[in-house]
Amino acid sequence: MSHKALLSAKEVNIILHRLACQLIENHHDFKNTVLIGLQPRGTFLAERLAQILEQDYKVKNIKLGFLDITFYRDDFRRGEKILEANTTQINFLVEDKNVVFIDDVLYTGRSIRAALTAIQSFGRPKEIELLTLIDRRFSRHLPIQPNYRGRQVDAINEEKVKVKWIENDGEDAVYLIKN
Amino acid sequence: MSELSVNHLLGIKYLKASDVDLIFETADHFKEVINRPIKKVPSLRDITIANLFFENSTRTKLSFELAEKRLSADVINFSASQSSVKKGETLIDTVNNILSMKVDMVVMRHPNPGAGVFLSNHINASIVNAGDGAHEHPTQALLDSYSIREKLGEVKGKNVVIVGDILHSRVALSNIYALQLQGANVMVCGPKTLLPKYIDKLGVKVETNLRKALEWCDVANMLRVQNERMDINYFPSTREYSQQFGVNKALLNSLNKEVVIMHPGPINRGVEITSDVADSDQAIILDQVQNGVAVRMAVIYLLASKIKQ
Repeated sequence: MSHKALLSAKEVNIILHRLACQLIENHHDFKNTVLIGLQPRGTFLAERLAQILEQDYKVKNIKLGFLDITFYRDDFRRGEKILEANTTQINFLVEDKNVVFIDDVLYTGRSIRAALTAIQSFGRPKEIELLTLIDRRFSRHLPIQPNYRGRQVDAINEEKVKVKWIENDGEDAVYLIKN
Repeated sequence: MSELSVNHLLGIKYLKASDVDLIFETADHFKEVINRPIKKVPSLRDITIANLFFENSTRTKLSFELAEKRLSADVINFSASQSSVKKGETLIDTVNNILSMKVDMVVMRHPNPGAGVFLSNHINASIVNAGDGAHEHPTQALLDSYSIREKLGEVKGKNVVIVGDILHSRVALSNIYALQLQGANVMVCGPKTLLPKYIDKLGVKVETNLRKALEWCDVANMLRVQNERMDINYFPSTREYSQQFGVNKALLNSLNKEVVIMHPGPINRGVEITSDVADSDQAIILDQVQNGVAVRMAVIYLLASKIKQ
């Protein structure tokens, strides 16, 4: 197995600040905007962005929630892997709000498809955008594209893109893993 | 998350502690789901479930049906009173006919103990025992333990007394297994005539004095007197039963602690518990009902994940 570093901690930090600025350009004071990190690994990115928005750019009262899409996935009983549920925490209304889905890697688009269905259980958002740190282009199964992307990556199907976060993995980095 | 060690839920006796943990963890997620504005998830949209009730039921049947529908499964219902069972058809023939309609899972209540185990040896579908005679009622025991865990934080180390008609109760046996599996101390309390011989061999304490039992316990699970299962008189009168084994507010207030009161329903108000107890903050009877849907969703979801396409 080989690891190729795609992004260092410094590059991740620069990208996070750029993404935060792009969000501010479109959402201003975030009064009608909610950030939704997709479980499990989109939550780290969402928390980090919320932290940057609040601390570095002084945006107040960011509404941040976490959405689990396990029960909405289309591969239940289709794979060897057991679908593992995570906690959903959305303690605010999404009705008529601008929702920003946040996930670390956009690959086939099926997780986002499931998230689009899942969020409807909480109300009818005004609009939904997608922010991803890594966009694995040319690998989409569904017509889904991000509104905000950190870095585009070309990877063949056997390769895996792994995003690491200091809170969970001890470092901020992105690797391309080949078996 | 791992997976269940069993392909059917026939009784708590067949489960491991890790299975119960997995069911509860999954039920936590479903409890959150059923409190959303839209309470339904699409997970089981390609699964068909047959609810076969060879014996009357209101809340268990409704609870299972709701759980199945909230998982988006297709549901067919069957009750023995309106079926060919009356014409002499065997259980296997009845079930096989239903299964030939491409049913994936069977939820069955049957008056005969062991009916679920028998069926699991003869058919391919996943089976959930919704009560087999006076034997087991595993989902009731799971939701009871889940409710204790929710109320008291954990089941381990808690003192739980099951009061009343232990002899005819499938809820009692499943509860004993489930509570012991999770490390609780279990006592049964009731008239001697309604306590099975050798019940102490299951490792439970036995008590015939309700006050002593209440002084010992953290939780009292009050069972219904199952008059329909009694072929002889087990106690002189309902009034006397109520006086000796019924819980009322005065009795609870005279204890120096707060006992959690549970009841699997339906309640005979004024017999097992008085109305002021049933409707008090100490009773978690309606929580049990709500948790029943989440726990049954978890059981069905986890069993369905093991059905091969």
